[in-house]
Amino acid sequence: MAQDLSEKELLRMEVEQLKKEVMNPRDLISKTGKEIKDYVEAQAGTDPLLKGIPEDKNPFKEKGACVTS
Amino acid sequence: MSELDQLRQEAEQLKNQIRDARKACAEATLSLRLHTTLTQGHLAKIYAMHWGTDSRLLVSASQDGKLIIWDSYTTNKVHSIPLYSFWVMTCEYAPSGNYLACDGLDNICSTYSLKTGEGNVHVSHELAGHTGYLSCFQFLDDNQIVTSSADTTCACGALKRASRQPPFTGHTGDVMSLSLAPNTRLFVSGACDASAKLWDVPKGMCRQTFTGHESDINGICFFPKNNAFATGSDDATCRLFDLRADQELMTYSHDNIICRITSVSFSKSGCLLLTGCLGVTDDGMVVATGSWDSFLKIWN
Repeated sequence: MAQDLSEKELLRMEVEQLKKEVMNPRDLISKTGKEIKDYVEAQAGTDPLLKGIPEDKNPFKEKGACVTS
Repeated sequence: MSELDQLRQEAEQLKNQIRDARKACAEATLSLRLHTTLTQGHLAKIYAMHWGTDSRLLVSASQDGKLIIWDSYTTNKVHSIPLYSFWVMTCEYAPSGNYLACDGLDNICSTYSLKTGEGNVHVSHELAGHTGYLSCFQFLDDNQIVTSSADTTCACGALKRASRQPPFTGHTGDVMSLSLAPNTRLFVSGACDASAKLWDVPKGMCRQTFTGHESDINGICFFPKNNAFATGSDDATCRLFDLRADQELMTYSHDNIICRITSVSFSKSGCLLLTGCLGVTDDGMVVATGSWDSFLKIWN
């Protein structure tokens, strides 16, 4: 799509978009970064890839030669 | 001054204003205890795979032109679907597990119904409209799919009506990857113009543009909470971007990694960022990687 447009049309599109984006509200990183950090720290305890999975609950572990069902 | 020069000047001024506004918010730096785990060896972006939302079935596109659905618990093949095209870039499961989507010839997105009740799998819908190959797609639901393409646009299509909204335009390079925000109708796209964009599906517009990468963005993934996303790029870095601060928070690079990152995925807590060619299940238990050596491996 962009390949079909002239440089002027591309620039016009870019300027229109920048005009919208310059008005976006922005939050402080001290606030947003802290929220991400808090979320990760709160969730890390339940992340199976981090804390591991007990063998009996792991559906992917190698099965032995004999299986009874 | 010609109109072209005026436009260039206006663009520069606006970019400077945005840069200053972002700087004003960057009064702190993030020191997150984020772990970065790098999986090497599977760096081909061609090998396509995706987990189903049950975290058990997974679909992969094999090089002999088939879509294969695997039961990852038993490692059995559940379905094997021959395709018309050998060159498949991407495949995707609908959240319900009822449909699979895959790109094909003529830049068409084909969906396959898995629950036909007849035992065989057939093409149920086709969505055309892109003028370049399809790089990525994700289902919003069984009927709506968001697609990204080398024609530099993204699109949202309704499968039953075989219709699309007007495309999302703005990128100036091939769009390589997209990621839906959890629980909202927003998504981010990463492109060969080294930028990522946040799109609003109902409004059909770009809300924010994120720069920082120095080369093509190949992989993109929303953080488990929808206020941040990560990207992987040909510049051998991954970056974390924050939506509300409207800028990059962190760059991840490693001396041993000097090659392109093709794919990124967060673990369930957002604590681990995995890169390579892979996918993490919804329940967070396992990572599957696909590679040129034609093996699908499951890690946990």
